[in-house]
Amino acid sequence: MNSATFNPKPTSFLRRMHIDGVLLIGLLTLMAVGLVTIYSAGGQDADLIQRQVIRLGLALVVMVVLAQIPPMMYRGMAIYFYIIGLLMLVGVLLFGVMGKGAQRWLDLGFMRFQPSEIMKLAVPMMVAWYISKFTLPPRTQHIIIGFVMVAIPTVLIAKQPDLGTSLLIASSGIFALFLAGMTWRLISIVGVLASAFAPIMWFFLMKDYQKQRVLTFLNPESDPLGSGYHIIQSKIAIGSGGVDGKGWLQGTQSQLEFLPERHTDFIFAVFSEEFGLLGVLGLLGIYGFIIMRGMWIAARAQDAFSKLLAGAITLTFFVYVFVNIGMVSGLLPVVGVPLPLVSYGGTSMVTLLAGFGILMAISTQARLMSR
Amino acid sequence: MPIKRQTIRDHTAEANLFARRAVIALVIVAVLMGVVLSNLYNLQVNQFEDYQTRSNGNRIKLLPVAPNRGLILDRNGVILAENIPVFSLNVIPEDVEDIDAMIAGVRQYISISDEQVEDFKSNLKSQRRFKPVALRTRLSQDEVARFSVHQHRFSGVTINARLARHYPFGSALTHVVGYVAKINRNDLNKLEASGQAANYDATHDIGKLGIERFYEERLHGTVGYQQVEVNNQGRILRTLDFQPPIPGEDLVLNIDIELQLEIQRLMAENRGAVVVTDPRNGAVLAMYSNPSYDPNLFVHGISSRNYNALLNSTERPLINRVTQGQYPPASTIKPHLALVGLEQSVITPETIMQDRGRYQIENVSHTWRDWKRGGHGDVDVIKAVEVSCDTFFYDLAFNLGIDAISSAMMEFGFGDYTGIDIHEESDANMPTRGWKRAQMNEPWYIGDTIPVGIGQGFWTATPIQINSSINMLINRGEKVLPQILKGVQTTSGVVDEGVKTARPIDVNNAKNWDMILDSMYGTVNREHGTARLAYANTPYIAAGKTGTAQLFTVAQDEEYVEEEVALHLRDNAMYVGYAPYNEPEISVALVLENAGGGSSNAAPLSRDIMDFYFRHHRFDKDGNLDNSTAIGSR
Repeated sequence: MNSATFNPKPTSFLRRMHIDGVLLIGLLTLMAVGLVTIYSAGGQDADLIQRQVIRLGLALVVMVVLAQIPPMMYRGMAIYFYIIGLLMLVGVLLFGVMGKGAQRWLDLGFMRFQPSEIMKLAVPMMVAWYISKFTLPPRTQHIIIGFVMVAIPTVLIAKQPDLGTSLLIASSGIFALFLAGMTWRLISIVGVLASAFAPIMWFFLMKDYQKQRVLTFLNPESDPLGSGYHIIQSKIAIGSGGVDGKGWLQGTQSQLEFLPERHTDFIFAVFSEEFGLLGVLGLLGIYGFIIMRGMWIAARAQDAFSKLLAGAITLTFFVYVFVNIGMVSGLLPVVGVPLPLVSYGGTSMVTLLAGFGILMAISTQARLMSR
Repeated sequence: MPIKRQTIRDHTAEANLFARRAVIALVIVAVLMGVVLSNLYNLQVNQFEDYQTRSNGNRIKLLPVAPNRGLILDRNGVILAENIPVFSLNVIPEDVEDIDAMIAGVRQYISISDEQVEDFKSNLKSQRRFKPVALRTRLSQDEVARFSVHQHRFSGVTINARLARHYPFGSALTHVVGYVAKINRNDLNKLEASGQAANYDATHDIGKLGIERFYEERLHGTVGYQQVEVNNQGRILRTLDFQPPIPGEDLVLNIDIELQLEIQRLMAENRGAVVVTDPRNGAVLAMYSNPSYDPNLFVHGISSRNYNALLNSTERPLINRVTQGQYPPASTIKPHLALVGLEQSVITPETIMQDRGRYQIENVSHTWRDWKRGGHGDVDVIKAVEVSCDTFFYDLAFNLGIDAISSAMMEFGFGDYTGIDIHEESDANMPTRGWKRAQMNEPWYIGDTIPVGIGQGFWTATPIQINSSINMLINRGEKVLPQILKGVQTTSGVVDEGVKTARPIDVNNAKNWDMILDSMYGTVNREHGTARLAYANTPYIAAGKTGTAQLFTVAQDEEYVEEEVALHLRDNAMYVGYAPYNEPEISVALVLENAGGGSSNAAPLSRDIMDFYFRHHRFDKDGNLDNSTAIGSR
């Protein structure tokens, strides 16, 4: 294409800014849905919306900044990222700040910082970098080393304890290994090992409150006023929404405060109550659209590192959606995973959009190279 | 470690491998999305109704609203039991910034004891912050007024009104109207057993005595409901629907409050019972038992000190003497016995007995004495009633035998409940052979029969039984049962309950009724009649019978000297009577405990009652006040 054309396509600005317009539309739509729902769930609190808009703005800036960095630089920085992240995780365990019963924060003096968020990107980067050094499909010993790379931060984070994040980090690394072409035989062995590991987790690693969550998940009605309350109220909210919902701001479960964690982890229940199954279909459609776009970017990426990283980031995004909706609707035990880009809250939002920034870098890079 | 297998990469193959894996991943994503969606479909479509119900159950609460209790009125529309607002000072904790400062401020206008403050503070802890907590209850009108002026200075402090029962005539009607008091566990159990518990969800008090108790169901009404939306804290956000309660029925009693108050005044010096009925329909015009007590004490919870005083009083104010007092009927039942004697041909109108003041039977050493030393001389049945000759009736009882007496007197309602519409009633005792065997494991002796002839011995009766039996005499065997309730007040007037009747007493010879009624006429109007002095110069013609019940058995060789007998063993004075003789409108039965002779003590009081009635308060057959016929005004 002639860069001196007098009639530039409307996308040319976005392209110069390394922004994937299609992906951006999906993300912005999702954010809009999020704001609308938070407004209802938060009791029509304008301040809440303002804070979320500021956060979204900051996260979008981070996304745009990260989109400018060529993928090759990410590949070069992966190992440093990873090591610094690991050191900080150890630091959290040693000097971390307690908050809400867990030790997740590192106090840097001027700000509090959650190193596990870095690992959400550092781990897939590291695994993608390591595996892509060799020809694909990877050999067994590389896979094993890849697993170790995943396991160390996963265990460190699980010990904080932060089950949700460690789950997300583990899956991001494993997705990279899977996409790299890890053999099915190995996949089955890992599956068997994982199921063997479950009882060990239960008896030696899980804290009482985590066990309680699992028990509650298995039978929420056993303790309707205690730990089962959240799930029961959430299911009532979703179920009573029906096909077309009670209408925006009309959800009695959320407006009358029967629903816990309305604007954060349980926002999906508010959305389903007010917009019904039709709204849910729309929302899942947007998520599906973003995931398809992410996988499309991954497939079109020029090198193995970019492909694996883009794929892992995209699939991890899906894990957010699946785990959150699964827990809110009673399919999965309650683990603290927000509904991505819809739930109110900061840290994970920045990380998510940082991930999409990398995705955009890969996307636009691919196009530049293919030209 | 150097990697040796670093061959030339086949980028196409790697891209294809990745593409295959990406597709597989997308398939898995799609499958998991499907799982999520099918679960949501299940929740939102298949189980929609279930969850909708539970959602509504969460937010919609039904609050019961107590119905207003029906009023109780006398036959002329005077209110005997009303609902008045009682005020309490309530505090909504979350609206008060500084509780202690608020209490100090409120104390300037309303007295609050330290104990009440303590109670209030302990209640605060156990209540939700937005639910009102009472700081003071039962404020006086003055306190309400004083606080209301300054209320704006106390946010979160409000005066709340609730309707509570009030009995304006106090002790005058306690045994008739009764009272309500707080529903207790016992009441709750009964309500639950009868399936009425839900109807009382918002109700504070329940009828405990008298009319309030007997007609509880009709007075109470039906609970209403307010359908409200609440949040997860139970705070009411708005009212969705209101189903108003149905108030209880306003009951009109046969009682004439002015007659009742007059009787209370007349009875001030006596322990005893008075009942006035209308023999035409059984209407209870007045019913008073002295001593009485203030029913209002019970409405707000009587103190244990006050209650124990009532409970332990030797005067026994808690007993309704009209329906629960078991007295020997004494001579008041002589007309009945005379009728039985005539009916069974044990005596005839011509039978004459010579009374020497003593009665003896063969092979029994005991001597029964007449109340008059030396006796009444020659007496026939009419004179026997008029002068209340004991000997005549000893002999009559002997000849009739206990079985005939008992079964005939049971026809007159003795030994059984009269059917009056309060629950506080005793059936007293009409003795039989079987009764004595069961109670004392002894056979019936002939000596037991003789005193029954003068209404003594094992025979006891309540004043309402005696009055009811006199009404049967007046009505020549027809039975109209005593009723306190006249009807229901509606917007279009009083709807009468109607007269309650029972199977009448059959006689072989209707002329016997005339003889008996004539003997009661003679008691009041002929020369030797025992009530002649008491009823001298009445502007109406009355009839009746005196009675003097012995509570103390004088030894065979002693005389009864009133001054020498302990007060509580002195004779009960009794009287039964009715007027006007030809077309009776009222009948009176009264017992004055330990007051002495019926002729000298009970009959004059009965006359006062009748005078009052005929002067001020005559009622026609339908129970309407008809003062145009008033007679005897001074």
